[in-house]
Amino acid sequence: MYGFLIAIGVVLLLSVIWMVYRIQSLISVAKGSDKKIETTSNKVNAFLFVVFLVGTFGLMTWYSIKEFSNYQLPIASVHGEVTDKLFWITMAVTGFIFILTHILLFWFPYKYQYKADRRAAYYPDNNKLEVIWTLVPAVVLALLVISGWRAWTDITDPAPDGAHQVELMGYQFAWEIRYPGKDDILGDFDYRLINASNSRGIDFSDQNSIDDFPSQSVVIPKGEPVIFKIRARDVLHSVFAPHMRLKMDAVPGMPTRFWFIPTKTTAEMRVELGDDEFEYEIACTEVCGSGHFSMRKVITVVEPEEYRKWYNDQKTFVDSNPSLVLDLPLDDKGLARTSNE
Amino acid sequence: MSVANVSAHGVSAHDEHHDHEHKDSFITKYIFTQDHKMIGKQFLITGMFWALIGGFLSILFRIQLGFPEMNLEFLKPLLGGWITETGQLDPNFYLALVTMHGTIMVFFVLTAGLSGTFSNFLIPLQIGARDMASGFMNMLSYWFFFTSGVIMFISLFLERGPASGGWVVYPPLSALEQAMPGSGLGMTLWLISMTFFIASSLLGGINYITTVINLRTKGMSFSRLPLTIWAFFLTAVIGLLSFPVLFSAALLLVFDRSFGTSFYLSDIYIGGEALPNTGGSAVLYQHLFWFLGHPEVYIVLLPALGITSEVIATNSRKPIFGYKAMIISMLGITILSFVVWAHHMFVSGLNPFLGSIFMFLTLIIAVPSAVKVFNYLTTLWRGNLRFTTAMMFSIGLVSFFISGGLTGIFLGNSAIDIQLHDTYFVVAHFHLVMGSASFFGLMAGVYHWFPKMFGRMMDEKLGAIHFWLTFVGVYMVFFPMHYIGIAGFPRRYYSWSTYSFTDMYTDLNMFVSVAAFITFAAQFIFLFNFFYSMYRGRIASLNPWQSNTLEWTTPLHPKHGNWPGEIPSVYRWPYDYSKPGAKEDFIPQTIPLYATPESNLPHEEKLIKLEKEIIAEEEQVLVANEYKES
Repeated sequence: MYGFLIAIGVVLLLSVIWMVYRIQSLISVAKGSDKKIETTSNKVNAFLFVVFLVGTFGLMTWYSIKEFSNYQLPIASVHGEVTDKLFWITMAVTGFIFILTHILLFWFPYKYQYKADRRAAYYPDNNKLEVIWTLVPAVVLALLVISGWRAWTDITDPAPDGAHQVELMGYQFAWEIRYPGKDDILGDFDYRLINASNSRGIDFSDQNSIDDFPSQSVVIPKGEPVIFKIRARDVLHSVFAPHMRLKMDAVPGMPTRFWFIPTKTTAEMRVELGDDEFEYEIACTEVCGSGHFSMRKVITVVEPEEYRKWYNDQKTFVDSNPSLVLDLPLDDKGLARTSNE
Repeated sequence: MSVANVSAHGVSAHDEHHDHEHKDSFITKYIFTQDHKMIGKQFLITGMFWALIGGFLSILFRIQLGFPEMNLEFLKPLLGGWITETGQLDPNFYLALVTMHGTIMVFFVLTAGLSGTFSNFLIPLQIGARDMASGFMNMLSYWFFFTSGVIMFISLFLERGPASGGWVVYPPLSALEQAMPGSGLGMTLWLISMTFFIASSLLGGINYITTVINLRTKGMSFSRLPLTIWAFFLTAVIGLLSFPVLFSAALLLVFDRSFGTSFYLSDIYIGGEALPNTGGSAVLYQHLFWFLGHPEVYIVLLPALGITSEVIATNSRKPIFGYKAMIISMLGITILSFVVWAHHMFVSGLNPFLGSIFMFLTLIIAVPSAVKVFNYLTTLWRGNLRFTTAMMFSIGLVSFFISGGLTGIFLGNSAIDIQLHDTYFVVAHFHLVMGSASFFGLMAGVYHWFPKMFGRMMDEKLGAIHFWLTFVGVYMVFFPMHYIGIAGFPRRYYSWSTYSFTDMYTDLNMFVSVAAFITFAAQFIFLFNFFYSMYRGRIASLNPWQSNTLEWTTPLHPKHGNWPGEIPSVYRWPYDYSKPGAKEDFIPQTIPLYATPESNLPHEEKLIKLEKEIIAEEEQVLVANEYKES
């Protein structure tokens, strides 16, 4: 019944619009105003550009200020401070140009709307102006690009010696984490060794693998360099840690990496934000299938002493599942034992 | 010797020409036509069909993003099994929707619908040619596009869904059937469809280039071409150089998918088994794809900018400011568009040094774009502006070009891009600068050249309503996405509730969705206006916008061959608007300089002697022709 009434309403509404449309076009033909150029609608449209300018700038300013703390994510890494500063410098420069050009773009239509008694200026070129507005953007862009380039080279330089390693492996649809253990060296891996008990394909015949251990979340120390060693098992994924301003694709067959220095522990950030449940998160930003949106992993940043304690308390793969080394040649097993003691 | 004399010749030749005309059958006139005007209309109508499909798909995923809790049972008759038992959209289908939306909009609407329509329709009309260099190739170009569309359309109805790995279809996701349902038959059809599409683009492009170089009428030197033609010409050059690379990328993907090669595949364990492929590189595909993908941005944008230049100049009653600078900028963009592709790959594992190089090159391309914007603004300055619908859409385009272009400066900076890459900031950026700007160029073109296409006028009031709803709507859809993007929301996400950092802005996403629904609905005003005016609109005058270019010298309904008599010669550039001294505020390109002594500039006086020689030569040709015919 309701559907029927709504349908009738819609039909009535459409026919009213239709009538209005026909009447106004017939009137304009009768009045001969369809031949005129300096019409009311020309004036109205010219005025609407100014209304649009004022209205949307008001809206933009209001929302940008009101929501600042929501869209400006807190920063928790050293390089994040740098890239965010660059972001806001670029925002200031482009914002200025954005506002200036839009004021001109929407004010000119009002100011220079059609008048039958006026003539447009014949002004086909001016080389001086052209040169100015080629050079000024070029210089400004060069400055932005050079500061960006310096930040970029710092960020992508090799990690400092002794950076804490964490391996992140992406697969459909989660991340698996591995730490190098006491020797600080991640053992080899080979995708052909992957099976139910060895989901990462770790090569346990490599001595360095024996003390490697897994973790449910990424635990890293505050104030010390950390390097993420990133790989993928099936399709492309991308590690995105928004608070760390960190992003790097995980590519099957091509390990990638990203190093950074966290600046605030999870606990500190909880106090700062007044949110007891706050966690640093990792998301996937390269489309990887139906579960792309749900590859959440938590990063826990702790004080360095706490990190070392936690690190030493972890149980290695081999300890949790000795069968991993059962089928290896004898001497490898022997070495495995000794290195564990 | 006067103008009237020349046109009198035209009329007499006209009558004779009519006797030789033969009637086309329905099939040769409307279907397998070789008339560039009809082919242009075919591209336009097909493009509009695809724009509706592509827009509708975006409405479906905006429902999911704006109203994630909504029960979608009511869509079951349409989407069937893609609505789960609990009334939710299937996540795989969500990815299929965004993939198809992207593919359709970029290739079918903004490449074929824009370039295909207006290059075909305007090149011969504006340079003074009877038709394209090869009418047959032109016809093939449309029918390849049509075939490509049919294949893509069929793929929408597959049981396992169409391609769903994003419009970039990165392998291994798109290469492995096990990775997602859409990577099966849907992906195969995507590749076949794109192959046809590339063939269509190449056939079209070769034709556009050849026509512009060879078939310009007498006096139409490159320095007198309207900027539209320059834009179409350079677009065709870009397409010709970049589409073959997409073809090779697709071909290697076909090999990887079906013939066991390892161009893109390496070290993969999926679906419980380790694949034998080693040594391939997934990043190789990204290089090949973006070698087309980035120029593609300019393939859709340049024609829109060309149309805008023409529309803004005409309706400002002013010459376009910096004609030469505009051409140089477009040339610069054309060349630079080939050396910036890897800025889409800053965090793909690319060598950081290569990243730096591409950052420098990318920010250089911003300079010619800035020049174009300043030139548009100066053209408006001290003009006498007529707000035809086409003019308003052109002003809207400039606004989008600024808004979206400026955010490109953030994304082209690799250090800032680390955070923004693949977030909604990117979505906002390219939807404004390439999506909406090009769409507005398309709209400006339709409103401006509708009288030439169908001999009738579109309704300007409905046009204005359409413009304002769309202009405000587009900003309401895409501007909020900047905030969402800065907050770090990744794109192609089915739901936001998994993460605490994205577990907000439900209100803003709802707002965006509602704005999208309204904007989409507003397009039906245009559709009504378009089809109604085609049959019932006011009859257009011969030159309704009082424009200078050649197409307005043809009859109201030009036949195949465009001009009934001789093709008119061209004596001046196309932007003599409001020339001091002239009676009218426009002087068409066909008016010789010697006929306008009151408005000639000093350097033009010298050209008159040359002009007289040309006219004398023309007379001889005319006489010779008349002699032959009798």
